[in-house]
Amino acid sequence: MEMNEMMDVLSTVGCLLLVTPIDFFMLSRVANSLFWMSRYLERAESIARIVDVNLQSLLDYKTLDDKSLKEQWGPLVKTLGDEETFAKLYKKEDSRAVTEFLTFNESNPNSILSCIVSARHNARSVRDQISLEMWEEINRLYLFIRSKSTRNLWQQSPYDFYREVKQSSYTLQGLASATTVHDEGLEFAMMGRFLERADMTSRILDVKHGILSMTEASGADLGFQSIQSAAVLRSSSAYEAFQHVYSSQITPVQVAEFLLLADSFPRSVRFCMRTFDHFLRKMSGSAPGQFVNEAEKLSGRLVAELNYTTIEEVMGIGLHEYIDSIQLKLNEIGLAMFESYILYQKTELEEEIRMQRQVQQQ
Amino acid sequence: MLFRKYQTEGFFDEMFTAAGKVRPHYKTLKQRFDELSLKEFDQKRQSVDLSFMRLGITFTVYGDSEGTERIFPFDLVPRIIPKSEWEYLERGLEQRITALNMFLRDVYHEQRILKEGVIPASYVLSAKHFRPEFMGIKVPRDIYIHICGTDLIRDEKGEYLVLEDNGRCPSGVSYVMENRQAMKRAFPNLFESAGVRPVDSYAHDLLNTLRYVAPNGKDDPTVAVLTPGIYNSAYFEHSFLAKEMGAHIVEGGDLLVRDSKVYMRTTRGLEQVDVIYRRIDDDFLDPSVFRPDSALGVPGLVNAYRAGNVSLANSIGTGVADDKVMYYFVPRMIKFYLDQEPIIPNVPTYLASEKEDYKYIMENTAKLVVKSANEAGGYGMLIGPKATAAEVREFQKKIKAEPRNFIAQPTISLSRHPTFSDLSQMEGRHIDFRPYILYGDKIRIMPGGLTRVALKRGSLVVNSSQGGGSKDTWVLYGDE
Repeated sequence: MEMNEMMDVLSTVGCLLLVTPIDFFMLSRVANSLFWMSRYLERAESIARIVDVNLQSLLDYKTLDDKSLKEQWGPLVKTLGDEETFAKLYKKEDSRAVTEFLTFNESNPNSILSCIVSARHNARSVRDQISLEMWEEINRLYLFIRSKSTRNLWQQSPYDFYREVKQSSYTLQGLASATTVHDEGLEFAMMGRFLERADMTSRILDVKHGILSMTEASGADLGFQSIQSAAVLRSSSAYEAFQHVYSSQITPVQVAEFLLLADSFPRSVRFCMRTFDHFLRKMSGSAPGQFVNEAEKLSGRLVAELNYTTIEEVMGIGLHEYIDSIQLKLNEIGLAMFESYILYQKTELEEEIRMQRQVQQQ
Repeated sequence: MLFRKYQTEGFFDEMFTAAGKVRPHYKTLKQRFDELSLKEFDQKRQSVDLSFMRLGITFTVYGDSEGTERIFPFDLVPRIIPKSEWEYLERGLEQRITALNMFLRDVYHEQRILKEGVIPASYVLSAKHFRPEFMGIKVPRDIYIHICGTDLIRDEKGEYLVLEDNGRCPSGVSYVMENRQAMKRAFPNLFESAGVRPVDSYAHDLLNTLRYVAPNGKDDPTVAVLTPGIYNSAYFEHSFLAKEMGAHIVEGGDLLVRDSKVYMRTTRGLEQVDVIYRRIDDDFLDPSVFRPDSALGVPGLVNAYRAGNVSLANSIGTGVADDKVMYYFVPRMIKFYLDQEPIIPNVPTYLASEKEDYKYIMENTAKLVVKSANEAGGYGMLIGPKATAAEVREFQKKIKAEPRNFIAQPTISLSRHPTFSDLSQMEGRHIDFRPYILYGDKIRIMPGGLTRVALKRGSLVVNSSQGGGSKDTWVLYGDE
């Protein structure tokens, strides 16, 4: 072996020996990006599922007129998108317009495309914090949604298209758990995932709260109600899990109970918030039943509420009203977390410049 | 038979002699490449391009509202440098960075080189990137340029010449490493027989260089890479280096100065930063000192640096050595500080601010390459033989108005290298070379570098912003 050859080998070995763990703290901006990266991925996945289920349940209608189409799609635009933007861009709420709006529209910040672009943007800004495998998958999803041939796939076979989006989101959850360090970064990502999931599950329920709250359905309405209940479950990928737990005919109240309060179904609001709370507490190390900041206080309170509430009580308040209050709380928890961990010592640039100049003149 | 129709066309060709014979250090490569058809070669090329896209090794195109990202064009025919040639280059580059650091130490302190009249003082004091605010400030270990990316070219005889010294924020090193990875993926069996030196210890060496200059010799310094952010065209490189070093990548908004110390905003509060590898130019570094409209920098950073509480690489004010007028004087610096002759010569250069040179430049503009003293990226430049008469006159007006800002050089016929062309065949294209030099506890030069290639036929401009691409560069363990 020649001298310089040996040097190269030695320096490579040196490289392996000299791996020192870097200091264990995380930039607030990085934490924020990881949180939002997973939130957007979860949102893209949820919307893909909801749109797909809606498209499929249209196949069960006997006749489709403008009115029934509007009934089917209208609430989706309202809960998932932005009605005003939609009204500006499209003439009527038919399948084509709504699915396009929720899937590819760039002026809709919650379209699947926009969510993936935002997730990838966040991933890119923390590229050094996520694994190569994760980055490649997010980038692949981004190139997929951006490519022209994907549009064709979507038109020819929407089922395959939405499956691809969901599949990628599952893959990324697996990759996060299998290829990245389980530290604070993953905790923020998990919090983003579960907060978004809780929010989405509650929205899905809310879209159909009217139908689910009809207590005395009969005949044709009963059939309609049961189709819709199944659709709600499928939108949360809860259909099989529900059957597994209840093994009876689907009743709307049970659907609401399952999606809000189920103890061990990973998309119920209760399960999501318990998981969120777990990761939130891991950050500070505070014990259950105690809190060290506003976020922990609010989160703990909501988890307790969900733990000790029955579906009868919820229906007594009114499903829509109850979901409204839950969504309000989810927002407050997100904000409180942001203030506790991300927004540390926010400063204005102008003020900083002025202050630093004063220091320099002393 | 990839090279069957290949012509050197009278240029100095890296791979073939004028008689069309393959040079010894390219023999193995030629043998292996000859086993491929042009079609197979093209398939490999396409799959490499795809892999760059898939890995997100892209730069953002400026001024594009859709945020379009492109890959940096990559040519699959590697440029090869044999051992003896490399050792010569190493000696030359080491000499040059040593002299440049001594020069910077000197102009920011005693200014001996000016007092003794080796370089006219007015040239230094009028340099755009000279920072009088930094006179007399002690920098850690007296190192100003820690990371240097000197541009080298070869002339029609194959002699290496220094084209410019990039002592501010030279970029491109991540492409060197990614190009190598891409080559290994495309030609997995080629490397074992070719005797190519690896380039992957760069990030490790860079980290060591940065740690070496930590304030007060601190043992376990916190290192960060300061980037202008995700929209910067070199963002990929910034995050790549941070990841490889296990350092934090920070934006201006992540940092805060208190009591002349620099802190990062973390989820656990403020954490002190000791060494910053900054990829932001001086002007944007600290809006409380330099450009107040810069939102990229950190108010108070310069003061923290002056106070010795944080180290910056490269130091502030190194741009004075990047001034193309100062380039003219580098051979004199080498003589003055080291009492040596330059090992790698400069390109002959005329200064428009010197009376006789000025006359020569004005009379021969159409034959010369004229460059403004402080522009980079192939901008602010006139290539006389390729310019129209009107363009020449326009440039002469500029020179007349501001002679201090212009230099001129004869048009060098850059060496050429076989390159897969847009006509899907091998053709000669002009190339240059940027090796990366680290100056820390010792000088380390990565055995490789960025070979840039002008992909347009006949073009001499290798910059990526103007139709340039890159090649993997192989430094061999031996001479063939």
